[in-house]
Amino acid sequence: MKSKTLFDKIWDSHVVRSIEDGPDVLYIDRHYIHEVTSPQAFNGLKERGIPVFRPAKTLATADHNIPTKDQHLPIRDELSRNQVERLSENCKKYGIELFGLNNPKNGIVHVIGPELGYTLPGMTIVCGDSHTSTHGAFGTIAFGIGTSEVEMVLATQCILQPKPKKMRITLNGKLHKGVTSKDIIMYIISEISASGATGYFVEYCGSAISSLSMEGRMTICNMSIEMGARGGLIAPDETTFEYLKNLPSIPGIKDIKSSVSEWKTLRSDSGAVFDKELNFDAVSIKPMITYGTNPGMGMTIDGSIPMSDVNGNEASESFIKSLDYMGFKPGMKLLGHPVDFVFIGSCTNGRIEDFRAFAELIKGRKKAKNITALIVPGSKKVEEQMVAEGLIEVYKSAGFEVRQPGCSSCLAMNEDKIPQGKYAVSTSNRNFEGRQGPGARTLLASPLTAAAAAITGRITDPREFVNE
Amino acid sequence: MPKVKFDILESACIPLPFENVDTDQIIPARFLCATSRQGFGDNLFRDWRYSKTGEKNKEFVLNNSVYKGKVLVAGKNFGSGSSREHAVWAIFDYGFRAIVSSFFADIFMNNALNNGLLPIVIPDDLLKKLHDLIQQNPDTKVRIDLEKQIFTILPSGDSVIFEINPYKKECLLKGLDDIDFLLSLKSEITGYEKNQSIAK
Repeated sequence: MKSKTLFDKIWDSHVVRSIEDGPDVLYIDRHYIHEVTSPQAFNGLKERGIPVFRPAKTLATADHNIPTKDQHLPIRDELSRNQVERLSENCKKYGIELFGLNNPKNGIVHVIGPELGYTLPGMTIVCGDSHTSTHGAFGTIAFGIGTSEVEMVLATQCILQPKPKKMRITLNGKLHKGVTSKDIIMYIISEISASGATGYFVEYCGSAISSLSMEGRMTICNMSIEMGARGGLIAPDETTFEYLKNLPSIPGIKDIKSSVSEWKTLRSDSGAVFDKELNFDAVSIKPMITYGTNPGMGMTIDGSIPMSDVNGNEASESFIKSLDYMGFKPGMKLLGHPVDFVFIGSCTNGRIEDFRAFAELIKGRKKAKNITALIVPGSKKVEEQMVAEGLIEVYKSAGFEVRQPGCSSCLAMNEDKIPQGKYAVSTSNRNFEGRQGPGARTLLASPLTAAAAAITGRITDPREFVNE
Repeated sequence: MPKVKFDILESACIPLPFENVDTDQIIPARFLCATSRQGFGDNLFRDWRYSKTGEKNKEFVLNNSVYKGKVLVAGKNFGSGSSREHAVWAIFDYGFRAIVSSFFADIFMNNALNNGLLPIVIPDDLLKKLHDLIQQNPDTKVRIDLEKQIFTILPSGDSVIFEINPYKKECLLKGLDDIDFLLSLKSEITGYEKNQSIAK
């Protein structure tokens, strides 16, 4: 029997029909939806006069557009309010479960799915959001889709997709203290560029990957899209099974033991062939920070901005434009550069371990006076856990205000915008021009690096605090 | 989904010679609040077209009346970032029917094909030549023949075959709708579910 990759095993077992010289018709096990990319899809169903085919396999949340303060009050912004109301109407009409604003299970779609047991090994998962790749941490094929495809899945529980090529990224070795899974993925993207994995679906493996917690793995898979990959996955193992066993409940599963024995088969066969293989050493990885306007423009926190773009072109128009936007120059060091905002949250780093790490660093210290901090839990469950563990008190004592869950400042659709020209150290996933607000200058980093900047008011190496 | 047909297009070009143009530039997140597909053209490249105070940025190509056309000639790695299909709607709504680059991000390319906006991949050196020609003469026209998959720069006669997924090509030529196709497979889909014992 031919050796197969995990990706192939999951993909092939979900193909309803393969179109000659065309895409595969792929069955989708879980469809996550939110308020921004679903309205036009539901309009399409209405126009056709057809129902949602499998409402039980669909889960909705309101996350992108909602405020992160005073959530108990009506949303002030009319367009946002309209979109959120539209989602509620559509879910009611079509029988879809919705964890909307103020629901105790509400949160960022890629945070609530896993924590509520809706993401399980071996599934195919889609959502109208490019960071759907997050769910790959559980050994799933999970990827982002456009609104037309959301309509396809609502109508037929299937999608038309050409099968991508396969890449394996192996990371061995032990991470240094103060270096996190966020730094791992930022390092990889800086090495291969923001388009380095376009056309590929990535499998991550190696001792440095398997030693990560599920939340650490989610951070890695989340940012797969930032190197152009279709998605990224990590084979499920004992860490995965323990995480799932410890959940209060898993929809549709009464006896997890029999599921676990099935899930244990979800691995790439030894001898399976990938279209491309890359190897990295965890020992080379230091805390990272971005200096430019795409996630590939990253460097070590103590490094210097390169003199030229990735192709060695000093006069590259994009490179110059990018640095001008950021107010930086080639060859510049960033350590010690003052910053204005710190944001911890998002589907990349908005989970309890991220808030614990940030809290540990700020404990007994005070927020720098020049910093405005946005502390945004990824979900109501994460917020509850922060309360239960006494973390809210730690944040308060250090002068930080904890907000309510939502996508918030990551894409700043709501009022959590970074003002023009201001620098924000952000645990989110994209540093494009204007992403966090028109003229906003985003510096992507790990929760530890963000915490260090929040205390000193400047770009700071978190290892200074961690080794104390 | 609009049933758009694409056959042969001959048009002048609008050049945007920047690399790595991402979806946040094409359509900033604050404009994603709409619940219909219409009207996004007004906000295409919004933060490049208009200053913070709402004045037109004279230097930006879309505000330069010398350039007209239905073909956007971009730089390498166009459309990276978000899966927001709104980016494609904005480009289409503005009036473009094809985009030329040497490299497109995956999700963007898929979204474009699903909306009758044709992404054409040509080699790097030909893309550069095209940009140079447009700079010399803003009226430079190109011809796109989808059936033959031929892209031609008319003044120079440079011609190249471009790749396109055969299924998507068929859909575009005939104005076919993916969802109608999938709906026709309902019994196959329920058959698949029964085999997997997962119909719920």
